[in-house]
Amino acid sequence: MKDNSDPKIIAFCCNWCSYAGADAAGTARLQVKPFFRVIRTMCSSRIDPELILESFKKGAWGVLVAGCHPGDCHYVNGNYKTQRRIALLKNLLDELGIESKRVRLEWISANEGGKFQKVVNEFIDEISALGPLKLGVHEVAGGHDG
Amino acid sequence: MKIGVYVCHCGGNISEVVDIKEVMSFAEKQGDVVMVKEHAHVCSDVGRNMVIEDIHAQGLDKVVVAACSPQFHGKTFMATVDKAGLNPYVMEMANIREQCSWPHYSEPRMATEKAKDIVHMAIAKARLDEPLEKKTSPIGKRALVVGAGIAGIQAALDLGDAGFKVYLVEKEASIGGKMVKLARTFPTEDCAACILSPKMADVPSNSNIELITNAEIQEIKGYLGNYDVTVVKKPRYVDLEKCTACNDCTDVCPVVVPNEHDEGLTSRKAIYIPNPIAVPHSYILDDKSCLGLFPLACSKCYDVCEPGAINYDEKPERLNFTVDTIIVATGYDIFDAREKKVYNFGPTENIITALDMERMIVHEAEGSPIRDVGRRIAFIQCVGSRDEQVGNEYCSRICCMYAAKLSQLMKRADPKRDVYVFYTDLRAYGKGFEEYYKRAANTGVKFVRGRVAELYEDPTTKKVTLKAEDTLSRQIIESEFDLVVLSVGMQPSEGTKRISEQLHLIRSPGGFIQEAHPKFRPVDTLSDGVFICGCAQGPKDIPDTVAQASAAAARAIRLMNKGEYEVEPITAIVDEDLCCGCGTCVSVCPYDAIKTEMRADKRVAKVNEILCQGCGSCSAACPSGASQQHWFRTVQLRAMVNAALGEEES
Repeated sequence: MKDNSDPKIIAFCCNWCSYAGADAAGTARLQVKPFFRVIRTMCSSRIDPELILESFKKGAWGVLVAGCHPGDCHYVNGNYKTQRRIALLKNLLDELGIESKRVRLEWISANEGGKFQKVVNEFIDEISALGPLKLGVHEVAGGHDG
Repeated sequence: MKIGVYVCHCGGNISEVVDIKEVMSFAEKQGDVVMVKEHAHVCSDVGRNMVIEDIHAQGLDKVVVAACSPQFHGKTFMATVDKAGLNPYVMEMANIREQCSWPHYSEPRMATEKAKDIVHMAIAKARLDEPLEKKTSPIGKRALVVGAGIAGIQAALDLGDAGFKVYLVEKEASIGGKMVKLARTFPTEDCAACILSPKMADVPSNSNIELITNAEIQEIKGYLGNYDVTVVKKPRYVDLEKCTACNDCTDVCPVVVPNEHDEGLTSRKAIYIPNPIAVPHSYILDDKSCLGLFPLACSKCYDVCEPGAINYDEKPERLNFTVDTIIVATGYDIFDAREKKVYNFGPTENIITALDMERMIVHEAEGSPIRDVGRRIAFIQCVGSRDEQVGNEYCSRICCMYAAKLSQLMKRADPKRDVYVFYTDLRAYGKGFEEYYKRAANTGVKFVRGRVAELYEDPTTKKVTLKAEDTLSRQIIESEFDLVVLSVGMQPSEGTKRISEQLHLIRSPGGFIQEAHPKFRPVDTLSDGVFICGCAQGPKDIPDTVAQASAAAARAIRLMNKGEYEVEPITAIVDEDLCCGCGTCVSVCPYDAIKTEMRADKRVAKVNEILCQGCGSCSAACPSGASQQHWFRTVQLRAMVNAALGEEES
């Protein structure tokens, strides 16, 4: 995703539901706009908000975080933690001058290929309307290495 | 570092969309990549041997396979590199099929660009992969089987016979499930009770099976090899040891209520035996209708019981035990035909369900018919199945054949009867089914292709008018019947819903429990150590249910028999130099797998790698970056973000 005219979306998907949902969209040959790149983690609760900030810093226009539906988490309650973290991050983004709707949290199950298609296409349209992220002087990503 | 990249054509699935050569030349330019190859099917024997030979000949220490989803062939290629002497966790898959060539086939140019990014991301992650040490955990030989219909009975017997300890938990007072209500089974017309009864009797006589009836699972905690199960056994008010099944209590009981075993068509007493072949073969007191309990107004059964088996003061009992694996066999409920409003089921007399008909045939065969069935009988197919109006898109699979069975039994019992079956499609897919359907037609049952639009029962004559279109002859049919039988479908049982919530099992669109893979792991769930069989997984007939039950038992035995199992090493790990002992990780861990403890001069977090299930919550929560998840370290995820966004290696 080097070309600056196309939207660039990072989609963090949990292994059990959303990644399988993304696969299901493909298996059903549902056509999804090709401007997203999926990063698989075991659970959405692995997504450190700093990774989302890192994505913006490196030029992402938007970040999708997708996990299992409430109650369906493979790790008991990881998705609730994700929900809280994303809510906090959105507040922070507003303060940093990044439109908080550039981050989207969705629950997509393993059989919801159709929902994956709909969510991603909608999100890409929404983010395309916003255009590329214009970062000011703020240095948004800090953090640590592992 | 030497990374080898393999780009798979997947027999055209990928190569017809993605420009393989372009992806290859892109991959060649990436740092540390020493070799890039393509193959029509990397997953084939030839393809995998090529990878193994290259690892040896080229001295590769990392492998990237650009092919299908890691959920499809991840395990295949991990095993391949393992065979070549590399650690399975230095292999990365770039999913350029499910997440590239397929969902973007209409835009090949963009798909190729995306494929390059996906390969770039996989290389970036592989570069930072570290070999992970295989760990094993001990596992015992104890299984919980939830539900004791034919599926649970078969699974429990197989496990018990193989020498495994089984806790078989059933919510009803007797085992046997729905099958115990059936008159005969298609296509052989065996008497259901006659073939089921010996199997039911085998359960209490199997010394490895602990049967717990009239009980509900309250809670299941833990994981494969260590599930902590709490069961609540409801009071039966009758001591199983003392009861001699003499029937004196029932004889004197003054309370008469509808009998569930006969779908309410007959009545029973408040103290009763659940069915004629009940196991355990003992009475139970129905505390919702008994007069003797709250407050004590009647003690007739107590007074008459010679062995003194009746105890009005019995209280619910909590049982606690530990098991290593779980088999879910919670079955189905029949579709509630009242939901299909145009069929007027419920307030009418002569519109009944097929299960009612099963019970009527049983009573008729015993020489005590419940009621007269009349001369003109119609069966209506697909009631609650293949019907989006009631929210059930799926086919229940059994109704065509049980209608073929019931209709020909009716016809054979009295050839003067006119018996019709109104169907959507006739699905005779099983062994001997087509032949059985033909036999029904030859008996004189008339099969009419057409979905019934409406049923109306005349309030005075009680005749039922049926309106349908015969879609073969294109005739509108409006005809009167003495009895209309609704071939009701299956839906997920309440128990299936409950257990899937308790065990966090994923359910398919119809609400049945989803298997781990529809073709190759049909009785596994995505939770290691939990298996499914029978109608909890989806509608099916008795032979398929029994086959699945044995399969589930075999899959559970496969895990338990070795005495230890391999734990996925993608657990969390704490860098003690960075850890400040704040305990944030402890608070987010859903498995109590992390504790803080004193080390030299400071408090640090310590991960129990057997308890850790590898969600990575702690790694995201850790404020100092000390907690990391193997195979998903922050540097790796960050490298993937950078690669996705076209940044060069950082």
